[in-house]
Amino acid sequence: MTEDRDTDVVIRLRGIRNQFGQNIVHDDLDLDVCRGEVLGVVGGSGTGKSVLLRTIIGLQIPAAGRIEVLGTDIGRADDAARQALRMRWGVMFQDGALFSSLTVRENVEVPLRGAARLAPATRRALADLKISMSGLPWSAGDKYPSELSGGMRKRAGLARALALDPDIVFLDEPTAGLDPIGASEFDRLIRDLSDSLGLTVFMVTHDLDSLHACCDRIAVLAEKKVLVTGSMQEMLEVNHPWVHDYFHGPRARAALATADGQKG
Amino acid sequence: MAREPAHEQPEIALSPEGRDSRVTLGGALTLAGLARLHAALDALPADRPARLDLSRISRMDTAGAWAICALRERLAAAGQDLTLEGTTPAQENLLATVRDAWPVPDTTPPPRQGIADRLEALGRRVAAGGQLLLELAGYLGLFLLRLGGSVLRPRRFHLTALVHHCEDVGLRAVPIVALMAFLIGVVLAFQGAVQLRQFGAEVFVVDLIAISILRELGILLTAIIVAGRTASSFTAAIGSMKMREEVDAMRTLGIDPALALIVPRVLALLLMLPILGLIANAAGLLGGAIMSWAELGVSPALFRTRLIANTDVSHVFVGMIKAPVFALIIGIIGCHAGMKVRGNAESLGMMTSRAVVAAIFAVIVADAVFSIFFAEIGI
Repeated sequence: MTEDRDTDVVIRLRGIRNQFGQNIVHDDLDLDVCRGEVLGVVGGSGTGKSVLLRTIIGLQIPAAGRIEVLGTDIGRADDAARQALRMRWGVMFQDGALFSSLTVRENVEVPLRGAARLAPATRRALADLKISMSGLPWSAGDKYPSELSGGMRKRAGLARALALDPDIVFLDEPTAGLDPIGASEFDRLIRDLSDSLGLTVFMVTHDLDSLHACCDRIAVLAEKKVLVTGSMQEMLEVNHPWVHDYFHGPRARAALATADGQKG
Repeated sequence: MAREPAHEQPEIALSPEGRDSRVTLGGALTLAGLARLHAALDALPADRPARLDLSRISRMDTAGAWAICALRERLAAAGQDLTLEGTTPAQENLLATVRDAWPVPDTTPPPRQGIADRLEALGRRVAAGGQLLLELAGYLGLFLLRLGGSVLRPRRFHLTALVHHCEDVGLRAVPIVALMAFLIGVVLAFQGAVQLRQFGAEVFVVDLIAISILRELGILLTAIIVAGRTASSFTAAIGSMKMREEVDAMRTLGIDPALALIVPRVLALLLMLPILGLIANAAGLLGGAIMSWAELGVSPALFRTRLIANTDVSHVFVGMIKAPVFALIIGIIGCHAGMKVRGNAESLGMMTSRAVVAAIFAVIVADAVFSIFFAEIGI
């Protein structure tokens, strides 16, 4: 990863417009995500954070606008180019979205089956490695998703998202519903994996601690567009009522104090 | 940084054998070329140390790091070392991450499948079956207890729920039940006509239709349709409430789930199934009469006369007395399965289909018991 971070943009959104009937969620939205960074997307309920994520990965077709991921224009790409692109990103859905009829190991093997011709034993071993890298014990591999706790399901979802060593990982509320210990472990896991694998992470979150602990940059969704992007310090100086309330509320201050305490 | 995953392959060069294996790797050590890389590294002999030169590789992902770590593990098991040369800090970081996360199998005892285990499994299933019967009896008792309680304290009874379920279970089932019974009457008349005509005894088709529909088929087929329709909807409705913890919320608010959920449903079924049975009887006789007229020339007037003269009213009672029993079976099995749903959608689906199968099976078993009983007492 020798490229200059500022110039190497892996996700480029221009003029995105999403609407459901009369309800316009995004209007003329622009956003850039650079290689190797962890971007946290925040916004009030109903500002379309998840819709934005679904738009980038092609589950939601925008009414207008241009989406470029890893240099490919998604709106114009043919099926082969889109398929190649899907191999280069991983998505972790909110509750893992594991296939309930498969064990955790088989879930992680699903993307590996499509990608390369591997011997079954190699595929199993690689899946075991990803499961272990996500912080799950060996015995979790043989279990079915319904036998796992919520936090373990999220980890298994992350293992599946990482199966193909993607360039970009999309995480939808990775720490929602986890206890504080589990949530901060998950933050550390994302940070570690992002550092050692050179991942670009696009993370939708509500969790102020996560923003402090693992995000390089924060994008605030409000007024139907990306209102402002920048580091945590820059967010604290933004003079917009919602952004101010969000980053200066009692919870934000507590999270900031904790993060400063850990650094100091 | 643009790459074409399908085309990138590792370049593997083996140096002539010396005291240790020397391998120079180049190109991309990624998932796309993992099969080749793993095969080449796997072929290195484990009886000597190995040196890998990584200075010429362009890219490495966790799959490549896995192959190198797998070689290291294999050599370490044979007491040999693996030396890596020319690694960049980023590659070392990746290799360290993979090494730290190297999965270690738990030592789990292999599952035994001896005769004792099979016997134990069989015993457990028998015990579970007995347990299920006990629980169903418990739910029946609970229903009767709460019903008696609401007779004593009518204010606590959920009348609106009862009316709603009566509409759902009874009124909305009328078209399907009537159509089914009408067609059964048609089929009986047609089949009976073909057989009875051989003996010139066409007119006995009236007795055939009347007795079989009034005594058995009308109520039995109604109960089977209702079991499929209503037992599943009871299980799904109560089960989804159980899944979303609504049932637990009721308990904490001091509302008795048995009184609020089970009593109105089972009582509605108890009131509606006899009515549906009567409708099925009427529709079946109508279908039989129309078919007899069209196929055998038995006029409606003759049909009516023979029906009244030759068919004892006891057949109707023998049929109808089964209705409340079937209703209790279907209602209790449906509600019990609903309360057994746990916190996930798979268990809801499983319990719903199980409830339908169990309800239909139990209805047929009960019908067989009734047949034996009536034969013994000679009705």
